[in-house]
Amino acid sequence: MSQSSQPAHSKSRSGFIERTLVDINNTLEQSIFAEKIARQKGLLQALDPRLKVIAMLMLLFAVSLSHQLAVIAALYVCALLLAAVSAVPLGFFLKRVWVLIPFFTGIIALPALFITPGPTLLSLPLGIVITRTGAMTALFLLLRVGTSVSFATLFVLSTPWNNVLKAMGILRVPDVIVLVLGMTYRYIHLLLHIANDMFLSRKSRILRRMSGAEERRLIAATSGTLLGKSLQLSSEVYLAMESRGYRGYPRTMDRFRMHWFDWAAALVVSFVTAAAIWLGR
Amino acid sequence: MSLKPLIQKIPRWMLLYYALFIIWVVTTAMHIPDGYLSPVTSIIMFVLVLPFWAQGVQKLREKMSAKNIPIVALFAAFSFVVMMFNVPLPGGTTGHAVGGALAAIILGPEIATIAVSIALVIQAFFFGDGGILAIGANCFNMAVVLPYVTYAIYQAISKNEALNSKRRIVGAAVGGWAGLTIASFFAAVEFGIQPLLWHTVDGTPLYAPYPLSVSIPAMVISHALIASVVEALVTGLVVAYLMRANRPALAMVIKPQLAPEANSFAKWRALWIGMAALIVITPIGLLAPGTAWGEWGAEELTSLGLSFIPKGLEQLSGLWSAPMPDYDVAAVGNANIAYILSAVVGVLITVAVVWLFSLLVTSGKKNTAEISTNK
Repeated sequence: MSQSSQPAHSKSRSGFIERTLVDINNTLEQSIFAEKIARQKGLLQALDPRLKVIAMLMLLFAVSLSHQLAVIAALYVCALLLAAVSAVPLGFFLKRVWVLIPFFTGIIALPALFITPGPTLLSLPLGIVITRTGAMTALFLLLRVGTSVSFATLFVLSTPWNNVLKAMGILRVPDVIVLVLGMTYRYIHLLLHIANDMFLSRKSRILRRMSGAEERRLIAATSGTLLGKSLQLSSEVYLAMESRGYRGYPRTMDRFRMHWFDWAAALVVSFVTAAAIWLGR
Repeated sequence: MSLKPLIQKIPRWMLLYYALFIIWVVTTAMHIPDGYLSPVTSIIMFVLVLPFWAQGVQKLREKMSAKNIPIVALFAAFSFVVMMFNVPLPGGTTGHAVGGALAAIILGPEIATIAVSIALVIQAFFFGDGGILAIGANCFNMAVVLPYVTYAIYQAISKNEALNSKRRIVGAAVGGWAGLTIASFFAAVEFGIQPLLWHTVDGTPLYAPYPLSVSIPAMVISHALIASVVEALVTGLVVAYLMRANRPALAMVIKPQLAPEANSFAKWRALWIGMAALIVITPIGLLAPGTAWGEWGAEELTSLGLSFIPKGLEQLSGLWSAPMPDYDVAAVGNANIAYILSAVVGVLITVAVVWLFSLLVTSGKKNTAEISTNK
C-alpha cells in the first residue's frame, strides 16, 4: 500500500533490497525448475550420467575447436533436437540460452564488427564500415558461446544434481570434493532462504529513505550475520556427520549400469564429435 | 604536451566501444563463458590451477581437519549467496562481489581456493555463469589470484595487529580491491592473447576478438573503478561487522602453513633439487625450433604470418629493453652456458623477490599466533 502511494520513494529507498530478493528468488525458482525437468521422461534423462558428462565435454571441445561456422551451426541444431526429445520446453530453452549470457556477448561482439580490419561488407552513414572479417568474428563468438551454453544447459536440465555429483567420479574428481559439492548445493538452498528472510524482514521495517552509507552497512551486517550462521551451521553439520559414523572419508553409492542404448548413444556422440572436429578443421 | 588535442583525436566510435565493453565487463563480472578462449588456453589454465587445487584438497584431507569439510561447504554456499547481493555503490549504482577476498581472510588462501572454486563450478553448471571448459581459467583468476593476493596484502597490512584493530579493516578492503583488480588483469591477458594466436587464414579472430592493447585497459580500468570497489566495500565492511558482532569468526582462520620451520631447506629439498635440475636442462629449449609460444616480439609476429601487428604491441615493444635480451649474455661466448646463466640469474631474482615478500608477510607471525590463541 505505502509502496504504491509513493512509488518514486520506495524505489530508491529499498531498490537494492528488492533487486536482491528478486535475484534470490529467481535462483531458487531456476533450480527447482531444473530438477522438475530432470525428473521427466526423455531421451537425455534415460542416459547414464557418466556418459552424459563425457559426451558434454566432447561436444564442448568440438564446438571450441571448430574453425567453420557451419559446423558450429550444425552442432547447435543437434542441441535443439536433443532438447526437443528430452522434454525441455523449447521457448524456455531458447530464452535461457540466448537471453542472458550471449546477450552480453552480443554487446561485446558489436564493436568487433567495425574495428576488425578487413574487406568492406557494408558501408553505413558517418563513415562507419562493417568489415567482412568483423562480421565473421562476431558470428563466431556468438554462435560458439550460444552452442556451448546450450550443451551445458541440456546436461544440467536432464540430470538431477545428485547424479551429476556421482558422475563426477568418472572425471577423477576426489571424493572429498564431491562430498563438499553436494553439501554446498544443499546448503545454498538453505542460505538462500535465510538471506531471503533477512532481507524481507528488513524491508518490512524500513520506513524512511536510507543513505548510501546506511545501505552499505545493512548489506555488510546481513552478509556478516549470514557468515556467522554458516560457520555455526558447519560445526553442527560436522557433529551430525561424526555422530552418523563419518570416519574421515566419504562413501557414495554407485549404482549406475550402462545399458545397450547408453553404448549406442556413446557411439553416436563419438561419431558426431569426430565428424565435427574433422569438418571443422 | 597538453591533453586536450589528444582526447579530441580519439574517434567517437572508440569511446562508444569502450563504454559498451565496460558495461559488459561489469555486468558479467569476470565469469568467462565458453567460446571466448581457445581449447588450448582452457587446458593450460586447468594445468595452472591444478597444483592449487591439489594443495587445497591435501589440506582438507589431513586427518585432523575433517572438521574443515563442512566449513568449506558452507563457505562455498555462502560465497555463492553473497555473489547475489546487490551492493549499493556511492553514486547510486549497485554491483556484485565475488566474495573470494573474504574467503581468503577467514579461511586462508589454500582453503579459499577450494571454496571459491566450488562456488564457481556450481555457477557454471547450474546457472550458465561462466563456461565449463573455461572453469580452469575462471578458477585461476577468481579462486587463486584473488585470494592469494588479498591474503598477502591483508597480512602485510594487519599482521601485527589485534583482532579489533582498524588496520584489519583497511587491510581487508585494500586486499580485496587489489586482489580483484589483479585478477581482472589476468583475465584480460587470457582474452587478449586469443586474436594473436588463433585466427583463420584471412585474419578473422576465432575466439575473443580484442587484442591485449584493448582488453587490458578495458578490463583493468573498469574493475579498478567498479567491481573491485564492490569487493573492497564488502570485504572491509564485513570484517568491520565481524569485529563488532562475531570476533571468533575473524580469529578462526584455518591456519595457512606459511611458516617454513626450523630447517626450511630440508623441508623443501625436493623442490630445490628439482629446480636445479630444471635449470641444468634448460638448453633443451634451444633444440626446439622457433620462439617460445606467445613470447614473440613484434618482428617475429610479422614473420609468423600475422597480417597486422596490434598498434599497442608495436608501441610497447620498444618500451622495455631487457638486460639480457633473448637470454644472451654478450660476454659469454657459448650460447648454452649463457642460457643456463640466464636461467640461474632469473631463478635467483625470482627467489629473492619471493623471499623478500615472504619476509614482509611472515615477520609478524609470532604475534598473529598469539592473537588467535587469545580468542
